[in-house]
Amino acid sequence: MSKRLRNILVPIIAILLGIIVGTIIMVASGYDAVAAYTALWNGAFGNIYYTGEVVRQVTPYILAGLAVAFAFRVGLFNIGVEGQFMVGWLASVWVGLAFHLPKFIHLPLAILASIIAGALWAFIPGLLKARFRIHEVIVTIMMNYVALYVTNYIIQHVITNNADRTPSIPDSASLRSPWLASITDFSRLHWGIVLAIICCFIMWFLLEKTTRGFELRAVGFNQHAAHYAGMSVNKNIILSMVISGAFAGLAGAMEGLGTFGYVATKAAFTGVGFNGIAVALLGANTALGVFFAALLFGALEVGALNMPLAAGVPNELVDIIIALIVFFVASSYLIRWFIERISKKGVK
Amino acid sequence: MKKRKLGLALSLVLAAGTLLGACGKTTDNNNATNKGTKNAKPSFTVGMVTDVGGIDDKSFNQSAWKGLQEFGADNNMQKGTKGFDYLQSQSDADYSTNLNTLSRQGFSLVYGIGFMMQQAVDDIAKQQTKTKFAIIDAEVKEPNVASVLFKENEGSFLAGVVAGMVTKTNKIGFIGGMESAVIERFEAGFRAGVQAANPKATVDVQYAASFTSAEKGQAIASKMYSSGEDVIFAAAGGTGTGMFKEARDRKAKDPSKDFWTIGVDSDQTAEGVVTAGGKQVNVVLTSSMKRVDNAVKDISTKAMKGNFPGGQTTTYGLAEDGVGLAPLNDGMPNKDAIQKAVSDWQDKIKSGSVKVPATRAELKTFSAK
Repeated sequence: MSKRLRNILVPIIAILLGIIVGTIIMVASGYDAVAAYTALWNGAFGNIYYTGEVVRQVTPYILAGLAVAFAFRVGLFNIGVEGQFMVGWLASVWVGLAFHLPKFIHLPLAILASIIAGALWAFIPGLLKARFRIHEVIVTIMMNYVALYVTNYIIQHVITNNADRTPSIPDSASLRSPWLASITDFSRLHWGIVLAIICCFIMWFLLEKTTRGFELRAVGFNQHAAHYAGMSVNKNIILSMVISGAFAGLAGAMEGLGTFGYVATKAAFTGVGFNGIAVALLGANTALGVFFAALLFGALEVGALNMPLAAGVPNELVDIIIALIVFFVASSYLIRWFIERISKKGVK
Repeated sequence: MKKRKLGLALSLVLAAGTLLGACGKTTDNNNATNKGTKNAKPSFTVGMVTDVGGIDDKSFNQSAWKGLQEFGADNNMQKGTKGFDYLQSQSDADYSTNLNTLSRQGFSLVYGIGFMMQQAVDDIAKQQTKTKFAIIDAEVKEPNVASVLFKENEGSFLAGVVAGMVTKTNKIGFIGGMESAVIERFEAGFRAGVQAANPKATVDVQYAASFTSAEKGQAIASKMYSSGEDVIFAAAGGTGTGMFKEARDRKAKDPSKDFWTIGVDSDQTAEGVVTAGGKQVNVVLTSSMKRVDNAVKDISTKAMKGNFPGGQTTTYGLAEDGVGLAPLNDGMPNKDAIQKAVSDWQDKIKSGSVKVPATRAELKTFSAK
């Protein structure tokens, strides 16, 4: 069986297994599984408003997924997407509020600010990894907490005077458009989805079609071999973290300039960065895979909101089903092993 | 051999296709029936959107849902789209979707529970002008939105009076969730109450920067008890459960000493039960209650009867039964005297002769007589 076919087959089987086990759990606990999945579908695509919301939700997931996937291709596990996402969100809103400029300067400037903020936040663990070999997982997890509390502090004491959220950004920095809202019946769909798709393309082009991308991937495959071949491992580690952080920061701008238009203090993590890990896993760390995986996650997330009301399925069960899909994706090794075994039998 | 593998893959895809296909078909059917029932809906319906805490947060959302259930029972309504129902938000991004869903389902009145939903309610109220909205703990100036605020400071003032009279060390702790106008009202009222009942006592104010972190609440409470504070009031949602745990643990180890707690939002007496020195005691003195349930019932009733306070802000204080103090713990020393002091202050606040400070700035100029 070709590698490509297997790469497509594994996530699909994982999703199916998740749905099947979810059905069994629902039936066993006395809920109508058909009604539940119907509600899920209707909650995501039953109405143009919900479809707009799905696309809105998918946008940051694509970028967060790209961020995780990019670092992973270079052999780094960027758990800090959540933190980079939050500083990106804050930076975009900050620039949005601080300046009064025409839209064609203001909006790009705000987006750029989010990218730089995310990249800087990821630069620190990248540098520590490259210089001192401090494991990036630990540093990025810690940086998530630093990001959470620093952004809360800045929102409360620097941007506002002890308020819970910033004022809304002016139209000149907003990604939202009345036209997009009008065609999707007042959903919060915004232009960010175009940026996200462009980023998918950038990631693919950068990794697959440039010399720099070849070096990055080489470091991911085998650091020692890359070093022996005369590539600078340290430089590529830092670079990959910076690019990964840039994607994550841009994901934050999607929330700051698109979905919300402001930034509020948070009691806990948003979960976008962590879902990005699952998205990247499901998408096999490729640009196209991430795109489709984000689509699935966005649709599940938005559609699930409709399940309690329309089918009487409690939220907790919805969470279990989403978790099951992630579980089967994460345990794709099992599925791979199974497929390989069957393939080998064929050879015998 | 290659072919066999391909065959397997194909059959898997086929199986997937039929499974998914089956899903698709039923979708269409149910869609049609859903639409049929929607048109036949005549009467008053009410829904609420919780924040991420959900309806079993032992505090704010739970209280609102209780109010809605009682309202439903009083008016013979069923849980569901034809009576009353709730939607839980998994993240901040869901507020808008959930509010939209309820309003699009045709609910007559939709509650947004919590100040975090202010922007979402504001936006959607402009779009869905036929639906009535109500928001708790925030103000939205739209003709179809009723804003509900509470005078938390009045309830926590009474809690402060209790704390001031119970303390032996004259050291009292206050644990806040995240800094916000609402929690500041709790803090200012509590400190004013302590000051009024016991001018010698000091209040140690700590913020946990979280409403959900029980371990942080426990760490702060532990530090407070260790430094000699014997009464702690937590206005911190789920973070407060850590304080209860710390108090229970310490009481069980050292039954002769005092480790008192004061709960928040709803009557949290059940959190304080512990076996110390062979008998069952309770470490919860009382709770500073915020009767979101009463407010929800009140606004729903008004909306049903046609005098919905749209565009207005309704503030619920002691006089409106919107805040209050839970029954006092029987185990506290000289309970009768404390009970009497609480009733005296309550009368003074209700009559308006004492104005409880709502901010730290107002607290500075507050003097109790």
